[in-house]
Amino acid sequence: MNAKQRKLIYRILPYAILTGIGICFVLPLLWVLVASVDPNAMQSLKMPSKVTGANYVEVITSSENQRAYLIGLVMSLGQAVLVVLLALLAAYPLSRYQMKYKKPFMLTILFMTSLPITAVMVPVYQLFLGLKLYDNILGVILFYVASSMPYGIWMMKNFMDSVPSDLEEAAWVDGASVFTGMRKVVAPLMVPGICTVAIFTFSGSWGNFFVPYILLQSPEKFPASLKLYQFFGQYGMVDYGSLAAFSVLYAIPAIIMYILSQQFMSKGFGLQGGTKG
Amino acid sequence: MSSLSVDVYPKRRKTYTWLFFLLPSIAIMLVFFIYPILLTFFYSFTNLALTGEAARELKFIGLDNYARMFQDPTVRISIWNTLVFLIGSAVIGQQVLGFLIALLMKQRNKTFRRVIGTIVLAGWVTPEIVCALCLYSFFGDEGTLNAIITFFGFSEVTWLFTVPMLTIILANIWHGTAFSMLVFQAALDDVPNEIEEAAVVDGASKWKIFTRIIIPYIKSTITTNMMLVTLQTLGVFGLIYAMTGGGPGNSTTTLPIFMYNQAFVNYQLGYGTAISLLLLLIGIVLSLLYIRSMKE
Repeated sequence: MNAKQRKLIYRILPYAILTGIGICFVLPLLWVLVASVDPNAMQSLKMPSKVTGANYVEVITSSENQRAYLIGLVMSLGQAVLVVLLALLAAYPLSRYQMKYKKPFMLTILFMTSLPITAVMVPVYQLFLGLKLYDNILGVILFYVASSMPYGIWMMKNFMDSVPSDLEEAAWVDGASVFTGMRKVVAPLMVPGICTVAIFTFSGSWGNFFVPYILLQSPEKFPASLKLYQFFGQYGMVDYGSLAAFSVLYAIPAIIMYILSQQFMSKGFGLQGGTKG
Repeated sequence: MSSLSVDVYPKRRKTYTWLFFLLPSIAIMLVFFIYPILLTFFYSFTNLALTGEAARELKFIGLDNYARMFQDPTVRISIWNTLVFLIGSAVIGQQVLGFLIALLMKQRNKTFRRVIGTIVLAGWVTPEIVCALCLYSFFGDEGTLNAIITFFGFSEVTWLFTVPMLTIILANIWHGTAFSMLVFQAALDDVPNEIEEAAVVDGASKWKIFTRIIIPYIKSTITTNMMLVTLQTLGVFGLIYAMTGGGPGNSTTTLPIFMYNQAFVNYQLGYGTAISLLLLLIGIVLSLLYIRSMKE
Protein backbone atom coordinates (compact mmCIF):
# COMPACT_ATOMS: atom_id res chain seq x y z
CA MET A 1 0.00 0.00 0.00
CA ASN A 2 1.58 3.27 -1.04
CA ALA A 3 1.30 6.57 0.77
CA LYS A 4 -1.39 7.90 -1.54
CA GLN A 5 -3.66 4.91 -0.95
CA ARG A 6 -3.13 5.13 2.76
CA LYS A 7 -4.07 8.78 2.78
CA LEU A 8 -7.24 8.01 0.87
CA ILE A 9 -8.21 5.32 3.37
CA TYR A 10 -7.60 7.70 6.25
CA ARG A 11 -9.95 10.15 4.64
CA ILE A 12 -12.71 7.69 3.83
CA LEU A 13 -12.57 5.54 6.97
CA PRO A 14 -14.16 8.04 9.39
CA TYR A 15 -17.05 8.58 6.98
CA ALA A 16 -17.52 4.83 6.59
CA ILE A 17 -17.53 4.20 10.37
CA LEU A 18 -19.88 7.10 11.06
CA THR A 19 -22.23 5.98 8.29
CA GLY A 20 -22.30 2.49 9.82
CA ILE A 21 -23.10 3.91 13.26
CA GLY A 22 -25.72 6.17 11.70
CA ILE A 23 -27.45 3.21 10.03
CA CYS A 24 -27.54 1.25 13.30
CA PHE A 25 -29.08 4.24 15.05
CA VAL A 26 -31.60 5.10 12.36
CA LEU A 27 -33.15 1.66 11.73
CA PRO A 28 -35.23 1.33 14.94
CA LEU A 29 -36.38 4.91 14.52
CA LEU A 30 -37.27 4.45 10.90
CA TRP A 31 -39.44 1.51 11.89
CA VAL A 32 -41.65 3.58 14.18
CA LEU A 33 -42.02 6.31 11.56
CA VAL A 34 -42.82 3.94 8.69
CA ALA A 35 -45.07 1.64 10.74
CA SER A 36 -47.13 4.64 11.85
CA VAL A 37 -48.29 5.29 8.27
CA ASP A 38 -48.47 1.64 7.18
CA PRO A 39 -51.99 0.13 7.16
CA ASN A 40 -50.48 -3.37 7.60
CA ALA A 41 -47.56 -2.57 9.89
CA MET A 42 -45.49 -5.48 11.18
CA GLN A 43 -42.69 -5.91 13.70
CA SER A 44 -40.06 -5.63 11.02
CA LEU A 45 -39.20 -2.54 8.97
CA LYS A 46 -40.69 -2.83 5.48
CA MET A 47 -41.89 -0.64 2.64
CA PRO A 48 -45.61 0.03 3.17
CA SER A 49 -47.82 -1.00 0.25
CA LYS A 50 -49.59 2.31 0.66
CA VAL A 51 -49.33 5.26 2.99
CA THR A 52 -52.22 5.98 5.32
CA GLY A 53 -53.14 8.43 8.05
CA ALA A 54 -55.66 5.99 9.49
CA ASN A 55 -53.39 4.95 12.39
CA TYR A 56 -53.05 8.56 13.48
CA VAL A 57 -56.76 9.21 13.09
CA GLU A 58 -57.51 6.17 15.22
CA VAL A 59 -55.14 7.30 17.98
CA ILE A 60 -56.19 10.96 17.93
CA THR A 61 -59.93 10.36 17.92
CA SER A 62 -59.84 8.07 20.97
CA SER A 63 -61.07 10.09 23.92
CA GLU A 64 -59.01 7.91 26.27
CA ASN A 65 -55.84 8.84 24.42
CA GLN A 66 -56.78 12.50 24.37
CA ARG A 67 -57.24 12.45 28.11
CA ALA A 68 -53.93 10.68 28.69
CA TYR A 69 -52.17 13.22 26.51
CA LEU A 70 -53.83 16.10 28.29
CA ILE A 71 -53.00 14.70 31.73
CA GLY A 72 -49.38 14.31 30.64
CA LEU A 73 -49.30 17.92 29.47
CA VAL A 74 -50.93 19.22 32.65
CA MET A 75 -48.46 17.28 34.81
CA SER A 76 -45.36 18.33 32.90
CA LEU A 77 -46.39 21.94 32.39
CA GLY A 78 -47.58 22.31 35.98
CA GLN A 79 -44.33 20.90 37.23
CA ALA A 80 -42.24 23.11 34.94
CA VAL A 81 -44.04 26.29 36.07
CA LEU A 82 -43.72 25.43 39.76
CA VAL A 83 -40.07 24.46 39.48
CA VAL A 84 -39.21 27.68 37.63
CA LEU A 85 -41.00 29.88 40.17
CA LEU A 86 -39.60 28.17 43.27
CA ALA A 87 -36.09 27.81 41.84
CA LEU A 88 -36.05 31.46 40.82
CA LEU A 89 -36.95 32.50 44.36
CA ALA A 90 -34.40 30.15 45.92
CA ALA A 91 -31.64 31.13 43.52
CA TYR A 92 -31.90 34.80 44.41
CA PRO A 93 -30.41 34.76 47.92
CA LEU A 94 -28.02 31.98 46.89
CA SER A 95 -26.68 34.13 44.11
CA ARG A 96 -26.81 37.57 45.72
CA TYR A 97 -26.37 37.29 49.47
CA GLN A 98 -23.45 36.29 51.60
CA MET A 99 -24.68 33.38 53.63
CA LYS A 100 -23.00 31.29 56.23
CA TYR A 101 -23.91 27.83 55.03
CA LYS A 102 -24.13 28.55 51.32
CA LYS A 103 -21.35 26.27 50.26
CA PRO A 104 -22.49 23.12 52.10
CA PHE A 105 -26.04 23.90 50.98
CA MET A 106 -25.03 24.09 47.33
CA LEU A 107 -23.02 20.89 47.64
CA THR A 108 -26.02 19.13 49.17
CA ILE A 109 -28.11 20.38 46.27
CA LEU A 110 -25.56 19.10 43.77
CA PHE A 111 -25.47 15.80 45.59
CA MET A 112 -29.25 15.48 45.44
CA THR A 113 -29.24 16.35 41.75
CA SER A 114 -27.34 13.22 41.01
CA LEU A 115 -29.19 10.68 43.15
CA PRO A 116 -31.19 8.16 41.14
CA ILE A 117 -34.93 8.83 41.63
CA THR A 118 -35.62 5.14 41.07
CA ALA A 119 -34.06 4.37 44.45
CA VAL A 120 -36.56 6.51 46.40
CA MET A 121 -39.73 5.27 44.72
CA VAL A 122 -40.55 2.58 47.31
CA PRO A 123 -40.40 4.98 50.29
CA VAL A 124 -42.21 7.66 48.28
CA TYR A 125 -44.98 5.16 47.61
CA GLN A 126 -45.27 4.47 51.36
CA LEU A 127 -45.27 8.18 52.10
CA PHE A 128 -48.02 8.75 49.53
CA LEU A 129 -50.18 6.03 51.07
CA GLY A 130 -49.73 7.68 54.47
CA LEU A 131 -50.47 11.20 53.20
CA LYS A 132 -53.48 9.99 51.19
CA LEU A 133 -51.79 11.28 48.05
CA TYR A 134 -51.67 7.89 46.33
CA ASP A 135 -53.46 7.83 42.96
CA ASN A 136 -53.62 11.62 42.98
CA ILE A 137 -52.39 13.61 39.97
CA LEU A 138 -51.53 16.63 42.10
CA GLY A 139 -49.45 14.37 44.33
CA VAL A 140 -47.47 13.15 41.34
CA ILE A 141 -46.85 16.76 40.31
CA LEU A 142 -45.64 17.61 43.83
CA PHE A 143 -43.21 14.72 43.82
CA TYR A 144 -41.96 15.71 40.37
CA VAL A 145 -41.43 19.28 41.61
CA ALA A 146 -39.50 18.07 44.65
CA SER A 147 -37.32 15.73 42.64
CA SER A 148 -36.40 18.34 40.04
CA MET A 149 -35.96 21.14 42.59
CA PRO A 150 -32.25 20.45 43.29
CA TYR A 151 -31.46 20.51 39.60
CA GLY A 152 -33.61 23.62 39.05
CA ILE A 153 -31.99 25.54 41.89
CA TRP A 154 -28.51 24.56 40.77
CA MET A 155 -29.06 25.69 37.17
CA MET A 156 -30.96 28.82 38.12
CA LYS A 157 -28.29 29.95 40.56
CA ASN A 158 -25.60 29.56 37.92
CA PHE A 159 -27.68 31.52 35.43
CA MET A 160 -28.38 34.25 37.98
CA ASP A 161 -24.69 34.57 38.82
CA SER A 162 -24.10 35.71 35.26
CA VAL A 163 -26.66 38.54 35.49
CA PRO A 164 -24.73 41.67 36.54
CA SER A 165 -25.96 43.28 39.74
CA ASP A 166 -25.40 46.89 38.59
CA LEU A 167 -28.76 47.17 36.88
CA GLU A 168 -30.52 45.87 39.92
CA GLU A 169 -28.73 48.35 42.14
CA ALA A 170 -29.73 51.16 39.82
CA ALA A 171 -33.35 50.09 40.26
CA TRP A 172 -32.97 50.21 44.04
CA VAL A 173 -31.58 53.72 43.86
CA ASP A 174 -34.72 54.63 41.94
CA GLY A 175 -36.74 53.29 44.84
CA ALA A 176 -37.55 49.72 43.78
CA SER A 177 -37.85 47.02 46.42
CA VAL A 178 -35.79 43.84 46.36
CA PHE A 179 -38.78 41.98 45.01
CA THR A 180 -39.54 44.53 42.29
CA GLY A 181 -35.87 44.54 41.27
CA MET A 182 -35.98 40.81 40.98
CA ARG A 183 -39.18 40.77 38.98
CA LYS A 184 -38.51 43.72 36.69
CA VAL A 185 -34.75 43.53 36.24
CA VAL A 186 -33.29 40.13 37.05
CA ALA A 187 -36.04 37.85 35.72
CA PRO A 188 -36.25 39.45 32.25
CA LEU A 189 -32.48 39.11 31.84
CA MET A 190 -32.73 35.45 32.77
CA VAL A 191 -35.23 34.40 30.13
CA PRO A 192 -32.78 31.98 28.46
CA GLY A 193 -32.00 30.35 31.82
CA ILE A 194 -35.64 30.17 32.82
CA CYS A 195 -36.53 28.55 29.51
CA THR A 196 -33.72 26.03 29.82
CA VAL A 197 -34.85 24.98 33.30
CA ALA A 198 -38.49 24.84 32.17
CA ILE A 199 -37.67 22.73 29.12
CA PHE A 200 -35.49 20.31 31.06
CA THR A 201 -38.09 19.80 33.77
CA PHE A 202 -40.86 19.39 31.23
CA SER A 203 -38.96 16.77 29.24
CA GLY A 204 -37.93 14.95 32.40
CA SER A 205 -41.47 14.21 33.50
CA TRP A 206 -43.00 13.93 30.04
CA GLY A 207 -40.68 11.03 29.26
CA ASN A 208 -40.91 9.48 32.71
CA PHE A 209 -42.71 6.23 33.14
CA PHE A 210 -41.71 4.84 36.53
CA VAL A 211 -43.02 7.65 38.74
CA PRO A 212 -46.65 7.64 37.51
CA TYR A 213 -46.50 3.84 37.24
CA ILE A 214 -45.86 3.63 40.98
CA LEU A 215 -47.93 6.55 42.21
CA LEU A 216 -51.08 6.20 40.11
CA GLN A 217 -53.57 3.37 40.02
CA SER A 218 -56.73 4.38 38.14
CA PRO A 219 -56.35 4.01 34.35
CA GLU A 220 -58.36 7.18 33.82
CA LYS A 221 -55.61 9.17 35.54
CA PHE A 222 -52.76 7.76 33.44
CA PRO A 223 -50.58 10.22 31.51
CA ALA A 224 -49.48 9.47 27.93
CA SER A 225 -46.32 7.58 28.95
CA LEU A 226 -48.31 5.06 31.00
CA LYS A 227 -51.04 4.78 28.41
CA LEU A 228 -48.44 3.86 25.83
CA TYR A 229 -46.92 1.24 28.10
CA GLN A 230 -50.32 -0.26 28.75
CA PHE A 231 -50.90 -0.38 25.05
CA PHE A 232 -47.51 -1.96 24.40
CA GLY A 233 -47.28 -4.23 27.41
CA GLN A 234 -50.74 -5.70 27.79
CA TYR A 235 -52.12 -6.15 24.35
CA GLY A 236 -49.21 -8.19 23.04
CA MET A 237 -48.43 -5.56 20.40
CA VAL A 238 -51.06 -6.69 17.93
CA ASP A 239 -51.75 -3.38 16.31
CA TYR A 240 -48.28 -2.16 15.41
CA GLY A 241 -49.60 0.66 13.25
CA SER A 242 -51.54 2.55 15.88
CA LEU A 243 -48.93 1.72 18.51
CA ALA A 244 -46.33 3.38 16.30
CA ALA A 245 -48.60 6.35 15.60
CA PHE A 246 -49.18 6.82 19.35
CA SER A 247 -45.42 6.64 19.93
CA VAL A 248 -44.70 9.29 17.34
CA LEU A 249 -47.36 11.61 18.76
CA TYR A 250 -46.07 11.00 22.27
CA ALA A 251 -42.48 11.75 21.24
CA ILE A 252 -43.39 15.03 19.52
CA PRO A 253 -43.51 17.32 22.61
CA ALA A 254 -40.13 15.96 23.72
CA ILE A 255 -38.68 16.72 20.30
CA ILE A 256 -40.22 20.21 20.21
CA MET A 257 -38.77 20.90 23.67
CA TYR A 258 -35.35 19.77 22.51
CA ILE A 259 -35.45 22.02 19.45
CA LEU A 260 -36.55 24.96 21.61
CA SER A 261 -33.74 24.31 24.07
CA GLN A 262 -31.24 24.69 21.24
CA GLN A 263 -32.44 28.26 20.81
CA PHE A 264 -31.68 29.06 24.41
CA MET A 265 -28.53 27.12 25.03
CA SER A 266 -26.25 29.32 23.01
CA LYS A 267 -23.31 28.41 25.16
CA GLY A 268 -23.26 24.83 24.00
CA PHE A 269 -23.15 21.82 26.16
CA GLY A 270 -20.03 21.97 28.30
CA LEU A 271 -19.74 20.67 31.84
CA GLN A 272 -17.28 23.36 32.80
CA GLY A 273 -17.91 26.06 35.34
CA GLY A 274 -20.56 24.12 37.19
CA THR A 275 -19.09 24.23 40.67
CA LYS A 276 -18.84 27.91 41.39
CA GLY A 277 -19.72 28.14 45.09
CA MET B 1 -20.36 36.17 42.14
CA SER B 2 -19.32 39.74 41.44
CA SER B 3 -17.27 41.50 44.06
CA LEU B 4 -19.77 44.36 44.14
CA SER B 5 -22.46 42.27 45.68
CA VAL B 6 -20.31 41.58 48.72
CA ASP B 7 -20.48 45.24 49.69
CA VAL B 8 -23.97 46.21 48.68
CA TYR B 9 -26.26 43.29 49.31
CA PRO B 10 -25.80 42.73 53.03
CA LYS B 11 -26.94 46.30 53.67
CA ARG B 12 -30.14 45.63 51.80
CA ARG B 13 -30.69 42.43 53.68
CA LYS B 14 -33.37 42.83 56.26
CA THR B 15 -33.33 40.15 58.90
CA TYR B 16 -33.70 36.79 57.24
CA THR B 17 -35.71 37.92 54.23
CA TRP B 18 -33.63 35.39 52.33
CA LEU B 19 -35.26 32.64 54.33
CA PHE B 20 -38.61 33.40 52.73
CA PHE B 21 -37.07 32.98 49.31
CA LEU B 22 -35.60 29.62 50.17
CA LEU B 23 -38.38 28.28 52.34
CA PRO B 24 -40.85 26.99 49.73
CA SER B 25 -38.29 24.96 47.81
CA ILE B 26 -36.62 23.62 50.94
CA ALA B 27 -40.01 22.63 52.36
CA ILE B 28 -41.06 20.71 49.28
CA MET B 29 -37.69 18.96 49.05
CA LEU B 30 -37.84 18.03 52.73
CA VAL B 31 -41.29 16.49 52.50
CA PHE B 32 -41.10 14.69 49.17
CA PHE B 33 -37.43 13.94 48.74
CA ILE B 34 -35.36 14.00 51.90
CA TYR B 35 -38.00 12.55 54.21
CA PRO B 36 -38.56 9.51 51.94
CA ILE B 37 -34.82 8.88 51.93
CA LEU B 38 -34.84 8.91 55.73
CA LEU B 39 -37.91 6.67 55.67
CA THR B 40 -35.90 4.20 53.64
CA PHE B 41 -33.49 3.75 56.52
CA PHE B 42 -36.37 3.30 58.96
CA TYR B 43 -38.53 0.93 56.93
CA SER B 44 -35.64 -1.27 55.92
CA PHE B 45 -35.50 -2.47 59.54
CA THR B 46 -39.20 -3.40 59.56
CA ASN B 47 -41.38 -6.17 58.20
CA LEU B 48 -43.57 -3.69 56.34
CA ALA B 49 -45.77 -5.47 53.79
CA LEU B 50 -48.95 -4.74 51.90
CA THR B 51 -50.54 -8.11 52.48
CA GLY B 52 -50.63 -10.78 55.18
CA GLU B 53 -49.99 -10.34 58.85
CA ALA B 54 -47.25 -7.78 58.49
CA ALA B 55 -49.69 -5.39 56.80
CA ARG B 56 -51.62 -5.13 60.05
CA GLU B 57 -48.74 -4.91 62.45
CA LEU B 58 -45.52 -3.09 61.71
CA LYS B 59 -42.65 -4.68 63.56
CA PHE B 60 -39.00 -3.94 63.95
CA ILE B 61 -37.04 -6.88 62.73
CA GLY B 62 -33.57 -5.42 63.09
CA LEU B 63 -31.19 -6.54 60.41
CA ASP B 64 -33.37 -9.39 59.13
CA ASN B 65 -33.99 -7.76 55.75
CA TYR B 66 -30.26 -7.31 55.31
CA ALA B 67 -29.50 -10.86 56.41
CA ARG B 68 -32.08 -12.02 53.91
CA MET B 69 -30.51 -9.86 51.23
CA PHE B 70 -27.11 -11.43 51.77
CA GLN B 71 -28.55 -14.92 51.47
CA ASP B 72 -30.84 -14.22 48.55
CA PRO B 73 -29.16 -15.50 45.38
CA THR B 74 -31.36 -13.17 43.30
CA VAL B 75 -29.74 -10.19 45.05
CA ARG B 76 -26.36 -11.42 43.95
CA ILE B 77 -27.64 -11.90 40.41
CA SER B 78 -29.19 -8.41 40.41
CA ILE B 79 -26.01 -6.76 41.66
CA TRP B 80 -24.01 -8.62 39.04
CA ASN B 81 -26.55 -7.71 36.30
CA THR B 82 -26.51 -4.07 37.42
CA LEU B 83 -22.71 -4.03 37.15
CA VAL B 84 -22.72 -5.68 33.73
CA PHE B 85 -25.40 -3.27 32.56
CA LEU B 86 -23.52 -0.25 33.98
CA ILE B 87 -20.17 -1.19 32.52
CA GLY B 88 -21.54 -2.46 29.22
CA SER B 89 -24.00 0.29 28.44
CA ALA B 90 -22.65 3.31 30.30
CA VAL B 91 -18.92 3.04 30.74
CA ILE B 92 -18.00 1.17 27.57
CA GLY B 93 -21.04 1.74 25.38
CA GLN B 94 -22.22 5.32 25.74
CA GLN B 95 -18.93 6.78 26.87
CA VAL B 96 -16.63 5.14 24.34
CA LEU B 97 -19.09 5.27 21.46
CA GLY B 98 -20.02 8.87 22.25
CA PHE B 99 -16.36 9.81 22.36
CA LEU B 100 -15.64 7.95 19.12
CA ILE B 101 -18.51 9.67 17.31
CA ALA B 102 -17.42 13.10 18.59
CA LEU B 103 -13.81 12.44 17.59
CA LEU B 104 -14.64 11.11 14.13
CA MET B 105 -17.00 13.99 13.50
CA LYS B 106 -14.31 16.58 14.13
CA GLN B 107 -13.33 18.33 10.90
CA ARG B 108 -15.79 16.38 8.76
CA ASN B 109 -18.17 17.72 6.20
CA LYS B 110 -20.73 19.95 7.90
CA THR B 111 -23.86 18.45 6.35
CA PHE B 112 -22.63 14.93 7.08
CA ARG B 113 -21.96 15.90 10.69
CA ARG B 114 -25.42 17.33 11.02
CA VAL B 115 -27.14 14.25 9.59
CA ILE B 116 -25.29 11.76 11.82
CA GLY B 117 -25.60 14.07 14.84
CA THR B 118 -29.36 14.41 14.40
CA ILE B 119 -29.84 10.64 14.06
CA VAL B 120 -27.92 9.93 17.26
CA LEU B 121 -29.72 12.75 19.07
CA ALA B 122 -33.11 11.43 18.01
CA GLY B 123 -32.53 8.32 20.13
CA TRP B 124 -31.77 10.53 23.12
CA VAL B 125 -34.74 12.84 22.70
CA THR B 126 -37.15 9.93 22.30
CA PRO B 127 -38.93 9.02 25.59
CA GLU B 128 -37.72 5.75 27.13
CA ILE B 129 -40.95 3.82 26.55
CA VAL B 130 -40.85 4.68 22.85
CA CYS B 131 -37.19 3.62 22.79
CA ALA B 132 -38.17 0.36 24.43
CA LEU B 133 -40.85 -0.22 21.81
CA CYS B 134 -38.56 0.66 18.89
CA LEU B 135 -35.80 -1.67 20.11
CA TYR B 136 -38.20 -4.39 21.12
CA SER B 137 -39.44 -4.56 17.57
CA PHE B 138 -35.90 -4.21 16.21
CA PHE B 139 -34.70 -7.26 18.17
CA GLY B 140 -38.03 -9.13 18.05
CA ASP B 141 -38.33 -12.59 16.51
CA GLU B 142 -39.93 -11.13 13.41
CA GLY B 143 -38.13 -7.83 13.81
CA THR B 144 -35.87 -5.77 11.60
CA LEU B 145 -32.59 -7.32 12.73
CA ASN B 146 -33.75 -10.84 11.92
CA ALA B 147 -35.13 -9.62 8.60
CA ILE B 148 -31.67 -8.26 7.77
CA ILE B 149 -29.71 -11.34 8.79
CA THR B 150 -32.03 -13.75 6.99
CA PHE B 151 -31.66 -11.56 3.92
CA PHE B 152 -27.93 -12.25 4.07
CA GLY B 153 -28.60 -15.99 4.38
CA PHE B 154 -28.07 -16.45 8.13
CA SER B 155 -30.67 -18.08 10.34
CA GLU B 156 -32.83 -16.09 12.75
CA VAL B 157 -31.77 -15.51 16.34
CA THR B 158 -34.19 -15.04 19.22
CA TRP B 159 -32.24 -12.04 20.50
CA LEU B 160 -34.46 -11.24 23.49
CA PHE B 161 -34.14 -14.82 24.76
CA THR B 162 -30.65 -15.91 23.87
CA VAL B 163 -28.80 -12.64 24.59
CA PRO B 164 -31.28 -10.56 26.63
CA MET B 165 -28.58 -8.64 28.52
CA LEU B 166 -26.94 -7.65 25.26
CA THR B 167 -30.24 -6.34 23.89
CA ILE B 168 -30.93 -4.10 26.87
CA ILE B 169 -27.32 -2.89 26.85
CA LEU B 170 -27.61 -2.00 23.17
CA ALA B 171 -30.99 -0.37 23.81
CA ASN B 172 -29.51 1.83 26.51
CA ILE B 173 -26.57 2.69 24.28
CA TRP B 174 -29.05 3.67 21.57
CA HIS B 175 -31.00 5.82 24.03
CA GLY B 176 -28.14 7.49 25.87
CA THR B 177 -25.07 7.87 23.67
CA ALA B 178 -26.05 11.33 22.40
CA PHE B 179 -25.44 12.82 25.86
CA SER B 180 -21.80 11.71 25.87
CA MET B 181 -21.45 12.71 22.24
CA LEU B 182 -22.58 16.27 23.02
CA VAL B 183 -20.35 16.52 26.07
CA PHE B 184 -17.31 15.28 24.17
CA GLN B 185 -18.02 17.44 21.14
CA ALA B 186 -17.99 20.50 23.39
CA ALA B 187 -14.80 19.32 25.10
CA LEU B 188 -12.98 18.52 21.86
CA ASP B 189 -13.91 21.92 20.45
CA ASP B 190 -12.19 23.43 23.48
CA VAL B 191 -8.83 21.83 22.71
CA PRO B 192 -6.82 24.75 21.28
CA ASN B 193 -5.92 24.19 17.64
CA GLU B 194 -2.52 25.84 18.13
CA ILE B 195 -1.28 23.06 20.40
CA GLU B 196 -2.30 20.41 17.90
CA GLU B 197 -0.78 22.34 15.01
CA ALA B 198 2.46 22.81 16.90
CA ALA B 199 2.59 19.08 17.53
CA VAL B 200 2.03 18.37 13.85
CA VAL B 201 4.89 20.72 12.97
CA ASP B 202 7.09 18.86 15.44
CA GLY B 203 6.27 15.68 13.56
CA ALA B 204 4.01 14.00 16.11
CA SER B 205 1.91 11.12 14.82
CA LYS B 206 -1.90 11.14 15.03
CA TRP B 207 -1.77 8.57 17.82
CA LYS B 208 0.73 10.66 19.81
CA ILE B 209 -1.42 13.77 19.43
CA PHE B 210 -4.40 11.78 20.60
CA THR B 211 -2.78 10.19 23.68
CA ARG B 212 -0.46 13.02 24.70
CA ILE B 213 -2.55 16.11 23.93
CA ILE B 214 -6.22 15.43 23.44
CA ILE B 215 -6.76 12.86 26.20
CA PRO B 216 -4.93 14.81 28.94
CA TYR B 217 -6.69 18.00 27.89
CA ILE B 218 -10.19 16.58 28.30
CA LYS B 219 -9.43 14.28 31.24
CA SER B 220 -11.73 16.06 33.68
CA THR B 221 -14.58 15.94 31.17
CA ILE B 222 -14.05 12.19 30.83
CA THR B 223 -14.31 11.58 34.59
CA THR B 224 -17.30 13.89 35.04
CA ASN B 225 -19.11 12.40 32.09
CA MET B 226 -18.40 8.89 33.29
CA MET B 227 -19.91 9.64 36.70
CA LEU B 228 -22.98 11.33 35.25
CA VAL B 229 -23.64 8.58 32.75
CA THR B 230 -23.12 5.88 35.39
CA LEU B 231 -25.56 7.60 37.75
CA GLN B 232 -28.16 8.00 35.03
CA THR B 233 -27.79 4.34 34.10
CA LEU B 234 -27.99 3.09 37.68
CA GLY B 235 -31.63 4.16 37.89
CA VAL B 236 -32.76 2.84 34.49
CA PHE B 237 -36.06 1.04 34.96
CA GLY B 238 -38.59 1.66 32.17
CA LEU B 239 -36.37 0.59 29.30
CA ILE B 240 -35.50 -2.78 30.84
CA TYR B 241 -38.92 -3.35 32.33
CA ALA B 242 -40.72 -2.75 29.05
CA MET B 243 -38.27 -4.72 26.91
CA THR B 244 -37.61 -7.86 28.96
CA GLY B 245 -39.41 -7.38 32.28
CA GLY B 246 -36.20 -8.56 33.95
CA GLY B 247 -36.32 -11.93 32.25
CA PRO B 248 -36.11 -14.46 30.87
CA GLY B 249 -35.62 -15.94 34.33
CA ASN B 250 -33.64 -13.31 36.16
CA SER B 251 -31.15 -12.73 33.38
CA THR B 252 -31.90 -9.01 33.04
CA THR B 253 -33.07 -8.33 36.59
CA THR B 254 -31.08 -5.30 37.69
CA LEU B 255 -31.44 -3.80 41.18
CA PRO B 256 -34.26 -1.39 40.22
CA ILE B 257 -36.23 -4.25 38.65
CA PHE B 258 -35.61 -6.52 41.64
CA MET B 259 -36.63 -3.74 44.00
CA TYR B 260 -39.83 -3.23 42.03
CA ASN B 261 -40.63 -6.95 42.05
CA GLN B 262 -40.09 -7.31 45.78
CA ALA B 263 -41.99 -4.18 46.77
CA PHE B 264 -44.84 -4.06 44.26
CA VAL B 265 -45.25 -7.59 42.94
CA ASN B 266 -44.56 -9.57 46.11
CA TYR B 267 -45.73 -6.69 48.33
CA GLN B 268 -42.67 -7.04 50.57
CA LEU B 269 -42.22 -3.31 51.12
CA GLY B 270 -39.75 -3.66 53.98
CA TYR B 271 -37.53 -5.93 51.95
CA GLY B 272 -38.05 -3.68 48.93
CA THR B 273 -36.83 -0.66 50.90
CA ALA B 274 -33.75 -2.56 52.04
CA ILE B 275 -32.96 -3.08 48.36
CA SER B 276 -33.72 0.60 47.62
CA LEU B 277 -31.26 1.44 50.32
CA LEU B 278 -28.61 -0.68 48.66
CA LEU B 279 -29.32 1.11 45.37
CA LEU B 280 -29.30 4.44 47.17
CA LEU B 281 -25.97 3.66 48.82
CA ILE B 282 -24.40 2.82 45.46
CA GLY B 283 -25.85 6.10 44.16
CA ILE B 284 -24.53 8.05 47.15
CA VAL B 285 -21.01 6.68 46.77
CA LEU B 286 -21.04 7.42 43.05
CA SER B 287 -22.49 10.93 43.61
CA LEU B 288 -19.80 11.77 46.15
CA LEU B 289 -17.14 10.60 43.73
CA TYR B 290 -18.82 12.68 41.06
CA ILE B 291 -18.88 15.81 43.19
CA ARG B 292 -15.22 15.27 44.02
CA SER B 293 -14.31 14.86 40.39
CA MET B 294 -16.19 18.07 39.56
CA LYS B 295 -14.38 20.04 42.21
CA GLU B 296 -10.99 19.07 40.90
